[in-house]
Amino acid sequence: MAAHPASPSSAAGEERRERLSLDQLQRIVGVDHVRAARLEDAIDGVIPHWVAEPASIEEAGGLLALAREVDAAVAPRGAGTMLGVGNPPARLDLILSMTRMNRVLEHAAGDLVARLEAGVRLEDAHAVFRQAGQWLPLDPPQPGATVGGAIAANAFGPHRLRYGTMRDLLIGMTYILPDGTVARAGGKVVKNVAGYDLCKLFTGSLGTLGIIAEAIVRLHPLPAASRTVTLRRQGSDYETLAAAAHAILHSSLVPGTILFRLTPRAHLLIALFEGVEPGVLAQAGAAADLLRPYGDVSVEADGWDATSERTPDWTLEWVEAIVELTISAPPADLGLVAAEVASAVGKGAEWYATCYAGIGITRVSLSGDAAMLISIVRRLRERVAGRGATVVITQAPPVVKAAIDSWGVGGDALPLMRRVKERFDPAGILNPGRFVGGI
Amino acid sequence: MINRERLVRRMIDALDQDSVISAHEQLRTYECDGLTSYRVIPSLVVLPQSTEDVRAAVRICRQEDVPFVARGSGTGLSGGALPVEDGVLISLARMRRILEVDLPNQRVVVEPGVINLWVTQEVSPHGYYYAPDPSSQLVCSIGGNVAENSGGAHCLKYGFTSNHVIGLEVVLPDGEVVHLGGKALDTPGYDLVGAFVGSEGTLGIATKITLRIIRKPEVVRTLLAAFGSMAEAGAAVSGIIAAGILPAAVEMMDALSREAAEAAVHAGYPPDAGGLLIVELDGPAAEVEHQFGEVARICGENGCSELRLAADDEERVLMWKGRKAAFAAMGRVSPDYYVQDGVIPRTALPEVLSKIAALGAEHGLRVANVFHAGDGNLHPLVLYDGEVEGEAERAERLAGQILLACLEHGGSITGEHGVGFDKKRYMPDMFSATDLAVMQLLRCAFDPDHRCNPGKIFPTPRLCGEVPGPYRQHPLEKAGLAERM
Repeated sequence: MAAHPASPSSAAGEERRERLSLDQLQRIVGVDHVRAARLEDAIDGVIPHWVAEPASIEEAGGLLALAREVDAAVAPRGAGTMLGVGNPPARLDLILSMTRMNRVLEHAAGDLVARLEAGVRLEDAHAVFRQAGQWLPLDPPQPGATVGGAIAANAFGPHRLRYGTMRDLLIGMTYILPDGTVARAGGKVVKNVAGYDLCKLFTGSLGTLGIIAEAIVRLHPLPAASRTVTLRRQGSDYETLAAAAHAILHSSLVPGTILFRLTPRAHLLIALFEGVEPGVLAQAGAAADLLRPYGDVSVEADGWDATSERTPDWTLEWVEAIVELTISAPPADLGLVAAEVASAVGKGAEWYATCYAGIGITRVSLSGDAAMLISIVRRLRERVAGRGATVVITQAPPVVKAAIDSWGVGGDALPLMRRVKERFDPAGILNPGRFVGGI
Repeated sequence: MINRERLVRRMIDALDQDSVISAHEQLRTYECDGLTSYRVIPSLVVLPQSTEDVRAAVRICRQEDVPFVARGSGTGLSGGALPVEDGVLISLARMRRILEVDLPNQRVVVEPGVINLWVTQEVSPHGYYYAPDPSSQLVCSIGGNVAENSGGAHCLKYGFTSNHVIGLEVVLPDGEVVHLGGKALDTPGYDLVGAFVGSEGTLGIATKITLRIIRKPEVVRTLLAAFGSMAEAGAAVSGIIAAGILPAAVEMMDALSREAAEAAVHAGYPPDAGGLLIVELDGPAAEVEHQFGEVARICGENGCSELRLAADDEERVLMWKGRKAAFAAMGRVSPDYYVQDGVIPRTALPEVLSKIAALGAEHGLRVANVFHAGDGNLHPLVLYDGEVEGEAERAERLAGQILLACLEHGGSITGEHGVGFDKKRYMPDMFSATDLAVMQLLRCAFDPDHRCNPGKIFPTPRLCGEVPGPYRQHPLEKAGLAERM
């Protein structure tokens, strides 16, 4: 018999009624695949009662239908690498883990298309596709991320500049509505405008509309060669850094990515070029020439080996951060955003940031006292609001999330978004309260 | 029954005299779009000039409980802008201003009536362009592109309209105005921009569109390759993709379409070619030169009988001229034609082409094939003579059979033209009843009263008051009264 964990946290500390019984859950997934939740299963300090791991669409659908029947709140989970996104769940009874649904169902190499179960880890998929000289060019912030999680959280990394996110790579899916209904959208071909684009609707929807069970993705050829051009500078003149990036972005060079790595004392610009060797060499050389007036420039051949398992250090995010933010601004405002971050933080905390040039997104990692971090986020939001930028908390301890909304914005489309949510999840059992506007 | 007089009066009061068309003869201009086989005269046409005008018109429609259809340039090929009986047609043709050009951010904000090519023309002097390039780009509108998620020859490499729309201002069917996305990416909330693009005018009317523009490539290289057969041309395409090359465009034409195009525009295509390929590579010079060599080699390995490289822009334009004129050129070889828009996985090309030939023989009609070989989007042109008894019906049946063949091979019924009115009868062949019912949950959130371009995309409308869940038969369906076309 599975023991209960210490009473799950709730606002007033009162007993939470258990809506799901172990018995019911075991009947769907088997005795070995449901257990009592532990402390580490908490999402923003909210511990569910159970964690269940279905092996198939039928089992996952069964779990959802059951939850719907007893009005139990469900959070889908892949590898849990981006669970920090969003506000704490208003309530949570069951974590529906997708990790057992981890098969690569189909790899049509001739068509550059693959069909995957949602629980497939991106690096495992990478290993399969690599054998045919192809890849799904998505680098998530953390290793271990699953396909379904990457879709639900709209995960991305450096290669976004050239290849986009799941928004651009997902061409079809099988999904399960909160009442257990299984449906399909999109298809197996890249060019397809039949019906509504629910794949895009679900991308970034944080598991609030349905659970993605299978994903059909488009692949790209693996680049044969790569070069990394790095510009190193001291101090905090981010506008000049942005100008350097601008020079490359508005030339005819086609970088795989341009990143800034910023700390309070020094900063780097990293430009990656991938493709056939002659093209990569020529472009890296031209980029180096463009950047030289701005500081120390070096060109490395092993900065990023597209064919190796490991990505270099500078693509991994710092794991000791207390608070992580994602700031999205018009791309030309990147230098400004960086300066605002430095100014808002001041001496109040340790920080570093990664800016994705051309995309306009900055990821900031902060470490320091919770009260200080809360005021830093507030200050930052005030400062960038006028530029049409948003500051979203993607990870923070419960004490910070209790004081400040993760999303920070409303917008006039919020009522419409609520209506969309109401249609797909009328009972509000999927991740209630975690999304924008309390959805 | 709508009170037409009151409707006209209210529209004139809200917009102005010049913005309302009610005379029968003038209304006929709007009775169809690029799909001329279906015609419906709207009750009224209004031509708003601003978001406020659109809002006012939509609100009046709501208050009078009248359906409405939005129309851009009316060049669509699936009847998406086909008016609804007793409905209002809202033409966006007068909203044709480019509102903002923001080069540092690579954004251009336009009104929906702006013509696709105008965007590129506006930013071209600065070294940028707007990538989605449907063949009708000289006349089609951005608003229409948004509705259909238009592609074009270069979408294999550069994506579709939905990859280039970052923000929208939308008038919802109840008259509310919302702002989706913006200049920045990843606006918190659902990706309603992504859901709206390609929704074929059934979720609302876009009144401002924020587009992404990109840098022009350093070089563009175009080549023409002639093969003895379509099979060899197709094998060459597979070889190119397998070599890890993603061309900017790969187009294929068969003998019949080549002959017609040649007769029409004299592009100088190699005669006797069973299959013709146009391959375009673009990007940084060193990369393109290398890839070009590879492509030429692969074509040679697959039986290419003649390879031509465009030496300059003029030659490049000429190479494309024939391909772009292919549809219109069919007029030279046949009184009428019916164009389809199916998609198949690239690897299924040889099989499907054989199947199309077999089906053509079976129906006693010729089919010319022009298509985007890179992404498997076929445009079979079913040739017929409308004057001959029954031939038009046979042509439509054949076109339908071709679509079903595409589906059998894991494809789609539409790659870029949209479902509209024309292809809704095939939706149940591609999606299950549940799939379609769930998709319509989205429409219920935007347009619960089913007033915004009704009768498009879905053969069986979903009642929005229904309890969502597993598909239940529409009461009319149950009673045997609704058509499941």
